[in-house]
Amino acid sequence: MSNDMHSKTIAELATGLRNGEFSSAELTKSYLERINASNEKLNAFITVTDEQAMKQAQAADQRIAAGDTGILTGIPIAHKDIFCTDGVRTSCASKMLDPFIAPYDARVIENFQNDGAVMLGKTNMDEFAMGSSTETSYYGAVKNPWDLKAVPGGSSGCSAAAVAARIAPGATGTDTGGSIRQPAALCGITGLKPTYGRVSRYGMIAFASSLDQAGPMAATAEDCAMMLQVMAGFDKRDSTSSERDVPDYSVDLNRDIAGMKIGLPKEYFGEGLDSDVAKVIEAAIDEYKKLGAEVVEISLPNTHMAVPTYYVVAPAECSSNLSRMDGVRFGYRCEDPKDLEDLYKRSRGEGFGPEVKRRILIGAYALSSGYYDAYYLKAQRVRNLISEDFKKAFEKVDLIMGPTTPSPAFNLGEKSDDPVSMYLADIYTIAVNLAGLPGMSLPAGFVNERPVGLQLIGNYFEESRLLNAGYKFQQVTDWHQKIPGEFA
Amino acid sequence: MALDKKDVEGIAHLARLAIDEADIDGYAESLSNILGLVDQLNSVDTEGVTPMAHPMHMVQRLRADEVTETNQREHLQEHAPAVERGLFLVPKVIE
Repeated sequence: MSNDMHSKTIAELATGLRNGEFSSAELTKSYLERINASNEKLNAFITVTDEQAMKQAQAADQRIAAGDTGILTGIPIAHKDIFCTDGVRTSCASKMLDPFIAPYDARVIENFQNDGAVMLGKTNMDEFAMGSSTETSYYGAVKNPWDLKAVPGGSSGCSAAAVAARIAPGATGTDTGGSIRQPAALCGITGLKPTYGRVSRYGMIAFASSLDQAGPMAATAEDCAMMLQVMAGFDKRDSTSSERDVPDYSVDLNRDIAGMKIGLPKEYFGEGLDSDVAKVIEAAIDEYKKLGAEVVEISLPNTHMAVPTYYVVAPAECSSNLSRMDGVRFGYRCEDPKDLEDLYKRSRGEGFGPEVKRRILIGAYALSSGYYDAYYLKAQRVRNLISEDFKKAFEKVDLIMGPTTPSPAFNLGEKSDDPVSMYLADIYTIAVNLAGLPGMSLPAGFVNERPVGLQLIGNYFEESRLLNAGYKFQQVTDWHQKIPGEFA
Repeated sequence: MALDKKDVEGIAHLARLAIDEADIDGYAESLSNILGLVDQLNSVDTEGVTPMAHPMHMVQRLRADEVTETNQREHLQEHAPAVERGLFLVPKVIE
């Protein structure tokens, strides 16, 4: 067995497992060792499920020996601690759910299990997925493996950090306003947010239900395609799950992209974009031109309204969703409540961190009597305009491209005292969630030794096209192969 | 729109959220800043635009009214803060 397994992609590992080059038990053990060696530095995992992982690995080896191999059988995967895992703490990185042992599995977890994948553990995140830096976790901030002074992005920051440091070959994430794509960009990995409804939300702790969507995070587009294949599909237990058939995502990966029409929204290249990031993105677009793609300028005129719209819609939905955390049925309860109201108020006041409280308060305000029309209804109208912008754009182009974030990773603590400036880190990703479209971030280069992500936005249910464009890019570039020196 | 201390206390009550007295001013400031950002929405003309309730304008799927879940009361109550005889315990509400 070679000791460079961690530098292999999921696709390569799956081939190695099938060919008997190594076993899942060996592979899983090697990843668990890498997690142990670096978790203190990165703070990437809240819970490492080593015993369970080794059992699953042995079961996977039996499946492989019997010739009953799925797509990810025997592949170790890390799961964001937002997915309910039966018998394993599911904290959402909150004191509120620190005592919560989920009584059932999320659909996404079931899908991975049925396919024979191995769960390494649960990754750290922004509390209840609210943040862009993974600094709001009850379990402490996470570091970016490229520079331990920098944030990994958020909210799926640790899933991204774990893949970047190659302490997991793939990880699940969730994306409500950019929480897969932004950390993928800041950590130099590939992350895909599917179309709203493509992956079941059952058992995924709800933040903003009309925006939340789970997706894969891995080194390459090919790996994301394999993971999405396992994750996607209809689930009757999620009322907004799509009944559309799931295509075979491997089929179109290598399709020629000559003639593909790519739209560059002029609003994504204007004021606020770091000039060095712009250069990296332009160089990436040039690669697409060399591959034969046709590039045209387009306009998404309501882009600047995406962040304000989001900060009404998401908090409104979160204040409603998080009302279930009341100290009565599960999770944290305050000491010696003097009456029921005191129990609610102090359990919630002590259980939630400051950013979650801020969003609950904004949401409660926006939905309160007399303000509903002015805030929530107004925001949902503007949301429609944002969505229409994309609809018009996709009449002319196949894909939209631009930067995933306006700048590379910022430093820990740099924005944590200023919520509004933190929110603006998601300026290019949020509109995609408001419209429900699929989006992806690809590693595209570096600025000051910190990674930069190229964002691809597709039309509804065109994940195949995104993955195809990502795969082609990764055939002619090697950014996705870069591993931070300390973890190489 | 700027919020003052009293507004924050009112909203915190609506949300059943205890906020430390010492933190209220800080929340008033950060919430006012967020609402300042949100107020940019007023610059958009939305006359005649339908509010978007679902990203794909889908309607809620309905299912037949059948029992689909089995009773798992004990299992689901295993990790509740306080339970007695299958009931969740809370402070006395009726004298």
